[in-house]
Amino acid sequence: MKYLKFLLVGIFFGIVLVKSEAVSWYRIYEMFKFESFHMYGIIGSAVLTGILLLQIAKILKLKNIEGTQVNVPKKDMGLTRYIVGGSIFGLGWALSGACPGPMYILVGTGVFSMLIVIAAAIFGTYIYGVLKDKLPH
Amino acid sequence: MIDYILQPWPWYVTGPLIALVMFTLIYFGKTFGMSSNLRTFCALGGAGKKVSFFNINWRDYKWNLIVVLGAVIGGFIAQFYLSEPTNIDLNPKTIESLNALGFNNVGKSLLPPELYSLDSIFTIKNLAILIIGGFLVGFGTRYAGGCTSGHAITGISSLQLPSLIAVIGFFIGGLVMIHLLFPLIFG
Repeated sequence: MKYLKFLLVGIFFGIVLVKSEAVSWYRIYEMFKFESFHMYGIIGSAVLTGILLLQIAKILKLKNIEGTQVNVPKKDMGLTRYIVGGSIFGLGWALSGACPGPMYILVGTGVFSMLIVIAAAIFGTYIYGVLKDKLPH
Repeated sequence: MIDYILQPWPWYVTGPLIALVMFTLIYFGKTFGMSSNLRTFCALGGAGKKVSFFNINWRDYKWNLIVVLGAVIGGFIAQFYLSEPTNIDLNPKTIESLNALGFNNVGKSLLPPELYSLDSIFTIKNLAILIIGGFLVGFGTRYAGGCTSGHAITGISSLQLPSLIAVIGFFIGGLVMIHLLFPLIFG
C-alpha cells in the first residue's frame, strides 16, 4: 500500500510523456535542429511551473508527508563532471532518442527493442562505477 | 473532451504536468530522478560486491523502481487506450532532412522503424547504434549525476547552477551528434 502512490505517479508520468510526444526520437532530433518550439515549450513550462511550486512551498514552509520541510537534494559543485558527463549523455540521448525515463515508457508502448538500449545503459552505468575514482569530477 | 485526450497534448499542458510529477515526488519525501534507477539495477544485480559505488541497499530505492514500473504501465495505457493513430506534427524541414538521411516513415510512429523495428535491429550497424546510444546515456547520466528529470527539470527548478551546466553539456552532446555525427552515421 505504501508503494501504491509511487505506482500511480509513475503511471501518470508515463501517460503525460507519451501524450506530449517527448518520448519520440523524432521530437528529440527536431529539438536539436532548432526546428520546433515543442520540446522547448515542454521543458520551459515544466521548469517555470517547477520554480513556482518550489518557491510557494518554501514561502509556506510546506512539510512533506514525512513531516520534514520540503527539500530538494543539492547537487555537488563542480564543472568537469557536468560538462563532460552531460555531453556524453547528450550524445547518447540524440542517438537513441531516449533519456532514462522514456526508455521504460517506450517499452510500455510496445517498443521491445528498447530493452537493448536499457541493458546497454545499465552496463554504461556499471562502467562509470568501475572508473569513477579515475575520472575527473 | 475525449477527442482532446486522444489527440497529442500541447506543450503548455504537458510541461506543467511534468513539474507536478516532480513536485509530488518531492512532497512524498523523495526526488525526481530517473537515471538513478540504472544504478539501483546494478546494485540489484550484485555489482556492489565488486564496485563500491554500487554498494547501496537497493531496497532504499524500491520506491523509484515502482515509479519505473508505473511509467511502463502508463506508456501502455497512453499508447493503446488514450491515443488514436496520428502523425507527429513535425516541421516539414525536419522531415526533409531525415528523408535525406534515409528515414522514410518520419513521424508515423514515435520511433523510426529503421532503427527500432524488430526487423531492423538484428543488423550489426543498428545493434551497435542502440548499444552505443544506451551505453552513452547510462555512463553520461551517472557521470553528470542526473538526466533530464534530475537536472533539467528538478535541478533548474530549484535554481541549482550545476544542473544548468549539465543541461548545457546535454546540448553540446546532442548538437554534436545530430549536426556532425548523424551525416557520418546515416549519410
